[in-house]
Amino acid sequence: MPRALAARDVVHRYGDAVALEGASIEVAAGHTLAVVGESGSGKTTLLRCFNRMVEPDSGRIEVGGVDVRSQPVIELRRSIGYVPQDGGLMPHWRVARNVAFVPSLLGLQSPPTAAADALEVVGMPATRFGSRFPHELSGGQRQRVALARALAARPGVILLDEPFGALDAITRSDLHEAFENARAEFPVTMLLVTHDLAEAGRLADQIAVMHSGRVEQIGSMAELRESSATSYVAALVTRSARGAA
Amino acid sequence: MRSWTVQLAARLFILPAAVAGVGAGAGAQSPHYGNTFVATDKAVVVASKPFGESYILCEMFAQLLEAHGIPVVRRPGLGATEVAFSALRRNAIDVYPEYTGTGLLAILHDSLPDSTARDPRATYDRVARVFAQNYGVRWLPPLGFQNNYAIAIRRSTAERLHIRTLSDLARVSRGLVGGFTPDFIGRADGLPGLERVYDLHMRAVRPLSPAVKYQALAASAVDVVDGYTTDGLLARYDLVALTDDRHFFPPYEAAALVSGRLASENPRAIAILTLLSDRLSEQRMRDLNQRVEVNGEDVRTVAASALADLGLVGAPGRAATSHVKEDNSSFLSYMWQRRGVLAALTLRHLFLVAIALGAAALIAIPLGLGLERTRGAAEPVVRVLGAIQTIPSIAMLAFMIPLLGIGTAPALVALWLYALYPIARNTYSGVRDADPAAVEAAEAMGATPLQRLLMVRLPLAAPIIMAGVRTAAVITVGAATLAAFIGAGGLGEPIVAGLALADTRMVLSGALPAALLALLVDGGLAIIERTLTPEYRR
Repeated sequence: MPRALAARDVVHRYGDAVALEGASIEVAAGHTLAVVGESGSGKTTLLRCFNRMVEPDSGRIEVGGVDVRSQPVIELRRSIGYVPQDGGLMPHWRVARNVAFVPSLLGLQSPPTAAADALEVVGMPATRFGSRFPHELSGGQRQRVALARALAARPGVILLDEPFGALDAITRSDLHEAFENARAEFPVTMLLVTHDLAEAGRLADQIAVMHSGRVEQIGSMAELRESSATSYVAALVTRSARGAA
Repeated sequence: MRSWTVQLAARLFILPAAVAGVGAGAGAQSPHYGNTFVATDKAVVVASKPFGESYILCEMFAQLLEAHGIPVVRRPGLGATEVAFSALRRNAIDVYPEYTGTGLLAILHDSLPDSTARDPRATYDRVARVFAQNYGVRWLPPLGFQNNYAIAIRRSTAERLHIRTLSDLARVSRGLVGGFTPDFIGRADGLPGLERVYDLHMRAVRPLSPAVKYQALAASAVDVVDGYTTDGLLARYDLVALTDDRHFFPPYEAAALVSGRLASENPRAIAILTLLSDRLSEQRMRDLNQRVEVNGEDVRTVAASALADLGLVGAPGRAATSHVKEDNSSFLSYMWQRRGVLAALTLRHLFLVAIALGAAALIAIPLGLGLERTRGAAEPVVRVLGAIQTIPSIAMLAFMIPLLGIGTAPALVALWLYALYPIARNTYSGVRDADPAAVEAAEAMGATPLQRLLMVRLPLAAPIIMAGVRTAAVITVGAATLAAFIGAGGLGEPIVAGLALADTRMVLSGALPAALLALLVDGGLAIIERTLTPEYRR
């Protein structure tokens, strides 16, 4: 079951450097929110608060309306899918075992079946790719496997941290299809961190623009374009439109 | 002579006893005798230091006791004075041949008035009294000869420069190069005193090990060496021993040094050993040394015939006829003749390495993992282990004696200490540096710290950890050859004995199998490493 996400006035510092300065977002259950911003805007830190890879200094993080600090961290993490930028696949495991990782941590009935289903959804059928090692795959294929691994236990929430960041444009476009396919098959709430506003516009229902640890505006692509809340958002939208043209 | 399979079985049989730490009671390893004695409570442990004369005297003590029905365990070739004497004080051995001058200077660190130091009787009385008081150790009456320091030069040099005495040498010393044992260079009764008394000034002084100094002299790499007056090798290399015309060197009377325990518990053995007192002249000892060191006769044979000549045992029978070396046989046939002994020594060596390495892995791998979790402590701890690595093996073994005596236990502990560093270091850095993205992903997906360790970090670090184990294994195989210096056996035995007896074949008969063993152990571990290496890296 998709679960709603919320961050309220979250503040976090790394030593003297401020990463989050009162950031707030909300994502309705089953929706996808893209968090857009440049490097150092705090978008990845905000994402990592949801699976408690980062424990914020103050503020409140909710998953399914519940404060994440109220449940055991291991349980929380197993209930949330995660796709890091570089895939983070276990290099010593074959694809099938990588994808079956969370189902087997959870002690689900048949992790191999769960893995095969997830691989099918991302276009990497287990019969063909299941027994390969990550280094035998292309970058795009590895990211598909990482996406399948996040889906395999059928979590209510998936966190994606620049999942397509390191890929070329054509591979990216293919992966966007896989992503949309996955979302259609597996109802889930997604939080997608990206630096690419066009990608955000294509994949997300709503976009949050972050700058210097704050959320400048949340809205649809059209809202951002037509009524930019700040000059930063306006500049970002203009720059993105020029890049696309 | 027993078949090699019987010997093998006997040696394997004594291993558990040795592991159990029955220091003095464990089986004797005496490669050049090719014999094995299983310990009994009453056995007298007879030892020697690692040079020819000491081996012969040790064997004479042993055969004399055996001729009177007293069982004996042989521990020839113990490290040096420190090692042998520490072992005696701890009752790990019962008797070994020692020299009064050495007892005075090297053990008591005593300096006597010149008049006393030049007088053999006074020196003996002094050490006998002080050793009994301080250590409860007993000097039996001297054997009858002195083995003093002798400064030796090539005969050609002596004739060309007309050198017969140390005073003659001092006259021309500025043009000559000395090659002395480190021991001699450092001792007050060695080179420093010699330089002072004779106004000696060598052009250069090179420290040389006892095993190579005569060869260095014969090859003209050096011109002057320190030796011993009874040395059989003086004749072998055609050297001249110079007269100590100012009586600088103190007397070194040979005598049996016996443990307090033997003295109090076995008066009969003491009485039997005393039969040798005042029976060995300097000429006789020099002849015996020459037979072993120059003619290459077996120590057992030489000792048996010497005892027979002295009328202390019956005519040399079995031992004298069955153990004569065949000097002209090839190295391969020499190895083949000794295959039984060598196989047993190799097994023994492997046993030492396996136990030390296994114990090191059991400690160092968890230690490396622990260090990874407490990184502040990691570098200091790893550095301490690294510092242990720099202690020379023989020094390490010597440090072990006051704590653990001689034999298997101290050897295992020393080898274990050497093996810790490469394993702990590689485990620590292997786990620390394991693919950070994979480790992080595992954490973010809800793997517990233990699951991350077992499922991700250890498998990823396994090849690096195994590389550390292999390094440790090769180091241990090498260091274990030195275990022979403290009576732990192994392939070091023929090396130590061969060096002492200037027998290159004997040295090689230990060194070659040891080198081969290092290769085999490394190769065997490489196979294990392959099976542990995650498939993706092959």
